Amino acid sequence: MVERFARLAVKRWTGFVVGAIAILVVALILARVVGNEYFFFAGYVVLQFIVLATAWNILGGYAGYVNFGSGAFFAAGAYTAVALIKGFAAPLPVQLVAAAAVTGLMGFAIGAMTLRLRGIFFSIATVAIAVICETVVLNWGFVGGARGATVLQPSTPVFFASYTRMLFVMMALLAVLAVALARFVETSWIGRGLRAIRDNEEAAESVGVPTLKLKLFAATVSGALMGIAGAPFPLYMNFIEPTSAFSLNYAVSALAMPIIGGTASWAGPVIGALLLGSVQQIVTVTLSSELNVLVLGLLLVAFVIAAPEGILGLARRLSGKGGAK
Amino acid sequence: MTGALLEIDAVSKRFGGFVALSEVSLTVRAGERLGIIGPNGSGKTTLVNCICGSLSCDGGSIGFDGIDVTRLASYRRTRLGIARSFQVPRPFSSMTLAENVEVPLEYVVHRRSLHNADVAAEARSILARMGLADRADALTGSLTQVGLRKLELARAIAARPRLLILDEVMAGLSPVEVDEMLDIILGLSRQGVTVMMIEHIMRAIMRFSERVVCMDAGRVMAEGPPDHIVRDPGVQRIYLGA
Amino acid sequence: MSFELLGEAILAGVLLGCFYAAVSVGLSVAFGLLDVPQIAHPAFLVLGAYGAYFLGSFGVDPLLAGVLLTPVFFLAGLAVYRFYHAAFESRGTDAGLRGLALFFGIAFIVEVVLILSFGVDQRMVEAAYIGKSVALGVVRIPMRMLVAFLVALVLITGLSLYLSGTFTGRAIKAVAQDQTALALMGADPVRIKQWAFGIATGTCALAGALLIIVAPVEPGLGRLYIGRTFCVAVLAGLGSMPGTLVAGIILGIAESVVLTSLGASWAPAVAFGLLLLVLAVRPAGLFGQR
Repeated sequence: MVERFARLAVKRWTGFVVGAIAILVVALILARVVGNEYFFFAGYVVLQFIVLATAWNILGGYAGYVNFGSGAFFAAGAYTAVALIKGFAAPLPVQLVAAAAVTGLMGFAIGAMTLRLRGIFFSIATVAIAVICETVVLNWGFVGGARGATVLQPSTPVFFASYTRMLFVMMALLAVLAVALARFVETSWIGRGLRAIRDNEEAAESVGVPTLKLKLFAATVSGALMGIAGAPFPLYMNFIEPTSAFSLNYAVSALAMPIIGGTASWAGPVIGALLLGSVQQIVTVTLSSELNVLVLGLLLVAFVIAAPEGILGLARRLSGKGGAK
Repeated sequence: MTGALLEIDAVSKRFGGFVALSEVSLTVRAGERLGIIGPNGSGKTTLVNCICGSLSCDGGSIGFDGIDVTRLASYRRTRLGIARSFQVPRPFSSMTLAENVEVPLEYVVHRRSLHNADVAAEARSILARMGLADRADALTGSLTQVGLRKLELARAIAARPRLLILDEVMAGLSPVEVDEMLDIILGLSRQGVTVMMIEHIMRAIMRFSERVVCMDAGRVMAEGPPDHIVRDPGVQRIYLGA
Repeated sequence: MSFELLGEAILAGVLLGCFYAAVSVGLSVAFGLLDVPQIAHPAFLVLGAYGAYFLGSFGVDPLLAGVLLTPVFFLAGLAVYRFYHAAFESRGTDAGLRGLALFFGIAFIVEVVLILSFGVDQRMVEAAYIGKSVALGVVRIPMRMLVAFLVALVLITGLSLYLSGTFTGRAIKAVAQDQTALALMGADPVRIKQWAFGIATGTCALAGALLIIVAPVEPGLGRLYIGRTFCVAVLAGLGSMPGTLVAGIILGIAESVVLTSLGASWAPAVAFGLLLLVLAVRPAGLFGQR
């Protein structure tokens, strides 16, 4: 039994692990070799979106429950980190774990309240949590309230030329881990259950799928990952304030990137984040940030209507392969 | 009562002002072949939904094999041994037929084990019994009505139920297809599965049932062997009008 | 809290509540009756508000602007529904995801376009009845609230009469309950639903005008109103018009009391909290049947 499990695991994961290690090695090399500091600023953002989009997709793409308030989870992770830095001078790993715990709990709580109901009410609750979180933070002087707070980066670590470079590599690691987690969920029996829920929840329940439990699991994992995406943000920016932390851009990106990339598999959010994240960086710099966000919205609507399976789906259709997954 | 697999005791269900089920009581023996007939709106599907847990009942209790399942979650009832087919087929449309059947296998039968070759093989053999083996890797969108209904049945069978509830599984089928389905269902019954069949197709009811229950306006109007029910004046009035 | 203060809060709440009913009535139709996940409803309200603002810059009274824009919004609603229906032959939860994403995208686009056109600062309108207050016995009521109250009553009563009095109106109520029966009677359910959605969107013109009459608006206001409008629509139950009015008043009073006792930062939470409570206790709403 165990032997069979091991053989199956090896077969499924060898390619992925090799690829992941390769990516991390590349990231480390880039951190050494590339001179332009801006590259790491931009790269960090794109990697961060990979985590955020992957997180969203675990509940949204796999199970069909749409989170409109990803910004709140992201910001909650960021502010948890700030609180820990200010209060305990906590190191980054502790911040990450704490952020995951807080936002995972948020996801669970919202889920417990609304996942028994129709999907739209979960979505509305995520809007509510966004409004509530922002209000809480605005009134919380300890983390800077409306004026914001400065966050100093600790001394530059040994191996890296700058703290930002280290954050870049760390975010690459987080992205790889997040995608690995998504892939694991997707290919496991949990993933099949989530897909059954997405396709037809009542039928899923009638064939023995514990729909509420699976949905709560997905909501918790999704929330936790979003918090992890947000936790290093204060250190990255050296500053945190509510308007940028709670920016609507996170909520829309978290939703648009998986839908445009393709919600059926872990690769979709990655493609969406890489593509749109990079485009965003370019557009924001060359045009305006509002225009950037408008383009995102238009692309989202266009894909929802015309290409609901995203870029992945289009690619599959063009290459002539039909069939599942 | 010995031998009783399903005991429905004074179950009621209301939707706002509309009474869908009014103190319905019914006992189903283990291994029985029960037919349920009645005009549209008589509460047949509502009864099925209450038994399976898709709906919670407003009053009364439901016992399965001695266990009170009245407040039990739907998926737990399936794991206890109640399976159903839906009146309008509800396939998992992003999955192939094989994957559709694998879901109950993974969640009811082979829980806590891996998705291994056994599950895949069993799924295919179930599809083969339904005559769908050649479409095992096709998406459900390619199926005809018959195919969809057979898939519904395959999924229900995959859960290895002790009680199988079929909600108009033969609607829209030709006489040949009806007989085909009936043979499969009778085969299941011979293996010991208790079957409750809700149907409008009288030929199927007559061929299949040991006992028939007729419902009207949320109540059980008549109960008895098929040939008695068919001659019951109350039943005839319901179907043919006063 | 003293009785006097409570009394004032309740009175303010009733006026506010009727206003909430007016802005939610379109959603009662679109979501309550037609079951469309119209997350973009508040965005259309804000759009209507800015429409009133825009016409106001030419000296047009906001209420008049609302009335003038109603046919425009009605036609827009027809188009959106046609789009929605064509793109989503509903099946299962997947269509739900896409439907939600679609309306979210629309709401978002509306918000960004408003930001690009008018900026993020608050906008307001001027009219004879804004800025003055009226004495009713011992209390002073802002005149604009009274105006909103009256217009809201007219809007809801009008819509209620339409739905129960005219053939199309009754067809709309019927289509919510039994599409097949309606089709068998010779009416095209899709056309009826499209017409209803048009009406629902049309109300956003006048209701949006009320929005900017009652308080200044800014493009992000829609998010706050998602909670309020869905709370009222769900509490009302299945598209009931009288239900919408009652539900609005309940929310208005609840918010007003919380505002007076706990302060402004807690007010937005009231709608969401009430919505969750309704969903937990009586999801069919006050006047709904399920």
